Amino acid sequence: MALAQHETHDYDVVVVGAGGAGLRAAIEASAQGARTALVCKSLVGKAHTVMAEGGIAAALGNVYPEDNWQVHFRDTMRGGKMLNNWRMAQLHAQESPDRVLELERWGALFDRTKDGRILQRDFGGHRYARLAHVGDRTGLEMIRTLQQQSVHRGIDVFMEYTIQRLLTDEGRISGAFGYHRPSGTFILFRSKAVVLATGGIGKAYAITSNSWEYTGDGHSLALWAGADLMDMEFVQFHPTGMVWPPSVRGILVTEGVRGDGGTLKNDKGERFMFRYIPEFFRAETAETEEEADRWYTDKKNARRTPDLLPRDEVARAINTEVKAGRGTPHGGVFLDIASRRSAEYIQRRLPSMYHQFKELADVDITREPMEVGPTCHYIMGGVRVDADSTASTVPGLFAAGEVAAGMHGANRLGGNSLSDLIVFGRRAGLYAAEYAKQVKGQPRVDDGQVAAIAREVLAPFERTGGENPYTIQRDLQEMMQGLVGIIRLEGELKEAVQRLEALKERARRVRVEGGRVYNPGWHLALDLGSLLTVSEAITLAALERRESRGGHTREDYPGPDSHFAKVNVVLRRSNGRMTLAQEPLLEMPPELKKLFEDK
Amino acid sequence: MATREAIMHVFRGDAEGGAFREYRVPVEEGMVVLDVLHKIQATQANDLAIRWNCKAGKCGSCGAEVNGKPRLTCMTRMNLFPPDAPISVAPLRTFPIIRDLVTDVAFNFEMAKRIPYFQPRPPEADGTYRMMQEDIDRGQEFRKCIECFLCQNVCHVIRDHDEHKRGFAGPRFFIRLAELEMHPLDTLDRREMIRDVAGIGLCNITKCCTDVCPEHIHITDNAIIPLKERLVDKYYDPVLWLVRKLAGK
Repeated sequence: MALAQHETHDYDVVVVGAGGAGLRAAIEASAQGARTALVCKSLVGKAHTVMAEGGIAAALGNVYPEDNWQVHFRDTMRGGKMLNNWRMAQLHAQESPDRVLELERWGALFDRTKDGRILQRDFGGHRYARLAHVGDRTGLEMIRTLQQQSVHRGIDVFMEYTIQRLLTDEGRISGAFGYHRPSGTFILFRSKAVVLATGGIGKAYAITSNSWEYTGDGHSLALWAGADLMDMEFVQFHPTGMVWPPSVRGILVTEGVRGDGGTLKNDKGERFMFRYIPEFFRAETAETEEEADRWYTDKKNARRTPDLLPRDEVARAINTEVKAGRGTPHGGVFLDIASRRSAEYIQRRLPSMYHQFKELADVDITREPMEVGPTCHYIMGGVRVDADSTASTVPGLFAAGEVAAGMHGANRLGGNSLSDLIVFGRRAGLYAAEYAKQVKGQPRVDDGQVAAIAREVLAPFERTGGENPYTIQRDLQEMMQGLVGIIRLEGELKEAVQRLEALKERARRVRVEGGRVYNPGWHLALDLGSLLTVSEAITLAALERRESRGGHTREDYPGPDSHFAKVNVVLRRSNGRMTLAQEPLLEMPPELKKLFEDK
Repeated sequence: MATREAIMHVFRGDAEGGAFREYRVPVEEGMVVLDVLHKIQATQANDLAIRWNCKAGKCGSCGAEVNGKPRLTCMTRMNLFPPDAPISVAPLRTFPIIRDLVTDVAFNFEMAKRIPYFQPRPPEADGTYRMMQEDIDRGQEFRKCIECFLCQNVCHVIRDHDEHKRGFAGPRFFIRLAELEMHPLDTLDRREMIRDVAGIGLCNITKCCTDVCPEHIHITDNAIIPLKERLVDKYYDPVLWLVRKLAGK
């Protein structure tokens, strides 16, 4: 029928998303000889990876020769409150140095040590200075390097296409269907394997560092196709987002500010983080300001500043200070590097922060403190995958980067995301290509299924009455921010479940104006489906986990719980509804367990 | 700054034609042009086409011509403009329009495919490379490029001469070529390509590209002029010319 008119392309591997993970996956799949397509919502090079500032965590040992993969592995697991998939954390720590060096072979220019090696910087939760970086624009360096490598390889790129649904044939992946944003026309990929690398869900919240794209597409595509989601209750609120002026609220302020000497203060000028050192990190955290300051240059005899505790700890502390009335005039806290480092040093180490504050907030960070507060930044939860192959529970479907679960457990350390992207992006491309080789012939696609999706996608144009998509999105964001935010409570979560039902009903009646050519209102109306799906997944999982751990804090269950220390919350779809189960963590082998006994 | 009402003249239309339409929008402290466009989109024109991502000057998606000047709308503060005068927002003129403020920038992605890729020398014995910071400072300056293509948009050679688009890489790709040429590890000589394929000779160094670069990259002084000098050294050195002439080449 006319509605379902579309172009059709055949591939072995279709990669959805062109941030660090998607680009790296496409490069690898193509290197393995697979016919590979890279599909992304925006232009190539604009994905959220470009916003990553601080660096790529890799135990290269260039600054501290004592560093090695075991120490990185241990830091990652402890940062994730031991809920991580241990095998992913292990592979990540072992392989990320090679992946960083590979970027250098592909033309990346990292900042250097005095003897010409890759320089590494301090970051929260990392025992040693470990982050390979380029000033405070490391993500840009990564995405451009991968983008240029993908051009060199001649990979087919489909820019400004949104995938609307994955297609399956007898339970296996057979393709993906979506639309071209500039023209509004449909596209069908018949593909043996699909790699999801779609990033996160930040746009479900009102205050976020994420751009319009992060609507939980990959999470939802996977769930709808029958895959398991896991750990969805763990949402990272980055402790330092801008809070003023209102129009920039949520924009990220890199942890590198603290890594390079910045400190958090309340309105009394007190370095309050010393009051929030949890028992779990007490042995490795400085007790006095003097010791904390000494640590920047003397890691052997001084312990780490509490300003660089893992992000969940710092975000909660800021939240508490502000609630107690010790915040700044605009409801944040102060982040001060001006009084602690020279203007020349700040401008060299943090050039884009300097410009960001100067141009957007009229604040000169070399002279005055910044005002910062928590912003929704990252989701630890996502598609449940096999650690080695990144395969989801649906044959032919793979996931890497933020959209995948397990690597970061209950909380991600800064710097571990960029490394995650290239380690598991490569693995996803490799194993998707390998899987595709086993599939004989091009998979079958059901025309009826395609026509039904096309009808659904065009339905908002047909409706009269109904609401504007922007209003529904705003109400959803405010609801999630208020009821499923940093601090959670059973009553509020239950209210959120009910409010979600009402929002879903409103979304079913959403109406768009204008035509199919580059129509952001229409695009948002369609994205509401995935936004609502991930919001529901987060809320249900948050209700289920009756404890506080990492990026999930329950006011009614303020401490960690020994039962929940041993399980992941898994979500799947059955008979059109989301169902939920607690499933045991993978058992860590004894030789790795030993790493946690020594200290 | 108290809340005031901005008068926005936003281009609405496509390749068939279009016109500036007026929108009145309440403006709060700290707002940038992109915020105002978002407000129009959310409340008055749901289908207003804008391209944007990071909203922090890091992705280079949201370029437009604001009061005739190419800018990133996310980094253009509303208090830059007098409060009562209308502010016009038009799409980048050099690229074919898709709709409203969104243009087809495919030219740039096609040009990127023509740049000969990085070709590093073999690594040290331990498999890694050594580079000194001072040897990569310049390359890092070029790699700050966020590919907003404002430089391509204002370059006369591209903007005013459609016929040049095929044989002229433009400032964005001159800094890419300069970065590769100055990369301490790279071994490839791209000078012939820079002359014949990238067409650097057409640039008459008016520095318009440098003026609009939101990353403040010294495109003309640090990339284009040094590249032109390298070509001169290779092709127009009088001594070499004489040697070639005498050798009959």
